[in-house]
Amino acid sequence: MIPDIGHYALMIALIVATLQAVLPLAGLSSNNKKLFAFATPMARLQSLLIIIAFIILDYSFYINDFSILYVANTSNSNLPIIFRLAAIWGGHEGSILFWVTILAVWTLAVTFFAKELPLRFRSTLIAVMGLITVGFLLFILMTSNPFERLAFIPIDGRDLNPLLQDPGMVFHPPLLYMGYVGFSVAFAFAIAALLDGRLDVTWARWTRPWTTAAWVFLTLGIALGSRWAYYELGWGGWWFWDAVENASFMPWLIGTALIHSLAVTEKRDAFKSWTVLLSICAFSLSLLGTFIVRSGVLTSVHAFATDPSRGLFILVFLALVIGGALLLFALRAPTIGLGEKFDLLSRESLLLSNNVVLFTATGAVLLGTLYPLVIDAMGLGKISVGPPYFDVVFVAIMVPGIFLMGVGPIARWKKATVPELAGKLKWALAISIVSALLVPSVMGKLSLMIFVGLLMAFWVMSSVWVSVNTRLQAIPTGTLREKISSFGPAFNGMLLAHFGLAVFIVGVTMVKGYEQESDLVMKKGETKLINGYAFRFEGIKPLRGANYVAKQGQFYVSKDGQPVTLLTPEKRLYLAQRAVMTEASISVNPVRDIYVSLGEELEGEQKDTWSVRVYFKPFVQWIWLGCLLMGFGGILTMVDKRYRLTKVVK
Amino acid sequence: MKSRHKRIAIIVAGIALLAIAATLLLQSFQSNLVFFFSPTEVIQGKSPNQGNFRVGGLVVEGSVKRDGTKVAFQITDTANSMNVVFTGILPDLFKEGKGVVAQGTQGADGVFVADQVLAKHDENYMPPEAADALEKAQQYNANKAAGEDK
Repeated sequence: MIPDIGHYALMIALIVATLQAVLPLAGLSSNNKKLFAFATPMARLQSLLIIIAFIILDYSFYINDFSILYVANTSNSNLPIIFRLAAIWGGHEGSILFWVTILAVWTLAVTFFAKELPLRFRSTLIAVMGLITVGFLLFILMTSNPFERLAFIPIDGRDLNPLLQDPGMVFHPPLLYMGYVGFSVAFAFAIAALLDGRLDVTWARWTRPWTTAAWVFLTLGIALGSRWAYYELGWGGWWFWDAVENASFMPWLIGTALIHSLAVTEKRDAFKSWTVLLSICAFSLSLLGTFIVRSGVLTSVHAFATDPSRGLFILVFLALVIGGALLLFALRAPTIGLGEKFDLLSRESLLLSNNVVLFTATGAVLLGTLYPLVIDAMGLGKISVGPPYFDVVFVAIMVPGIFLMGVGPIARWKKATVPELAGKLKWALAISIVSALLVPSVMGKLSLMIFVGLLMAFWVMSSVWVSVNTRLQAIPTGTLREKISSFGPAFNGMLLAHFGLAVFIVGVTMVKGYEQESDLVMKKGETKLINGYAFRFEGIKPLRGANYVAKQGQFYVSKDGQPVTLLTPEKRLYLAQRAVMTEASISVNPVRDIYVSLGEELEGEQKDTWSVRVYFKPFVQWIWLGCLLMGFGGILTMVDKRYRLTKVVK
Repeated sequence: MKSRHKRIAIIVAGIALLAIAATLLLQSFQSNLVFFFSPTEVIQGKSPNQGNFRVGGLVVEGSVKRDGTKVAFQITDTANSMNVVFTGILPDLFKEGKGVVAQGTQGADGVFVADQVLAKHDENYMPPEAADALEKAQQYNANKAAGEDK
């Protein structure tokens, strides 16, 4: 009975969302202001219904209602409660419902926090979000009903994929989806601006915090996913250029370009068409990501077995949204205008170059991601694009971009000059070069990649310092503390995010340059010396978890006779699916991780002999620390008072 | 006039730069494409003699032999099978009789030296490449049977 209520809630939500989309748009075309009044109540009602449906499905997971096909497929009564609740996004149907639920959350947020927008614009905005909701609700009801019932109720469920039974499962999907779907708000802003014919500095000011919010969620979501892959997959990698990772990374790159271009639109009234185009691209790539992940065309942890009708539906929906948006853009962009002029060398031109770099990088990733899918779809064989392509091409494209990142914040708006910039940055460059040579000499190995990576990181860090200094000098009076407190959160946030990227680059460079990997065969009682650390294998302990049994290796790590840590990697057997899982054990430290994972017990030799993999990962935590700093930087810029909406006089 | 010349020079330089970048990008792309072959296609000599490629199919029952961290096994598409060696730790879901994809190079002795072994992510799932290899082998077997009938 209860699951049926969820199903009905979705059907009614579809009707309400249709009204939410159609009525205000009809109002816009007939200039009938009365119709605008429907937007907010319809949006709230529709969001509420979707959230009810979501809660009902999650409740069914909570009470182990295996009469629902989806619950029976992705959960199990022995699954710990927290994973049972998170299992709702562990399969196809639930994750699409989750997608649309997050959209409902964003829609609600818009109805509550965008009250100060002019009625006409706000209604159009909400109507556009309604259109997206309609598309996804149709998708759920026609191809992926999460409330489908089973005629014969199984005794127990088939369990959540053991790979997903991890705290990462609780946080990674919601953050990522908040980011993905958050770009729908920026998209709706852009479409509403095109429909309304209004695009000026105020528009950019309204849009900025929403776009930054989506970007922050996406940054944190990707970082969390990367960290999860690092410890869970057992191979010590943090980024694999897997098509699904790329699917989340492309909207991030475009989103990054978008927040910079929005800054120019807001401050200088320039880049207007470009900003609108980027908003459309960011959300289109989010949709493309959904298509790639959910259509079943991929081999991945993220891909669920699906049927082709779903892929077709998403493809058609994708074509309608992207095609429609671009058509509207082509028709209306000329009315928006290009905006203010600027000099060949100015902060505007530097930000434009940064946008070109990010756009190109996205294109390169897109090529590597889609090409194998297209070749396969045309029946020309199966190919894959090796990670070296992404590594080499991505770094080559980003290096000039990161160089510009050091110059941009220091350059003046409208017109900058080379002597002035050189004067401010010469010491930063000198210090960066020296440091980038100094660190490798301490580590004992230098390569071009290491040098370039460290150079970029130190360059961005020292440029942040120059930015602070320039700003301090511009304020003539007051103590240092007063000067610093006058900076404003937006400026601080920008610096923090840039600094975070530098920290990230340090992590990536150090791991790539200096990581060590060894595959060992170890007998019980044996000690092996790797990288100056002694590893003593004290055998295997049996262990019992809630829904698995495990063999836990005991490795005592010491250095120069001093104990460092006890590492306990596990080999788990999940009982419901009889699936074996490797759980790595990691000793974390700011400058290095020691990472141990168990291979398999070797037969035919002495008892208690195992193959073991040991990694040393210098500075690997800096990768995620950097992402965290970028996220906090984004949050800081959002709280800036300038974006607090004040009542707009109509 | 002078500033216009400067502008044109910068635009030309920009386009040249972009062209070089695009060429390098596509070159790197081309050299990093990894093609997939079934054991039958490898035996027919369709796979490259040099460079990386992928093979997929099922792990032959009873073929897995371990020597320390070295593993030797056979991959079959039911029509033909080939020898593969790999050094390192195999993925959790690598099992005899189950689907697998290996990436690496083929030595002069015909043994495939894998530097990467991919298995499926869950019990009910077959890597598409492996499924593809089995399908092709079925056709191959059917053709062969038809040929023998004649």
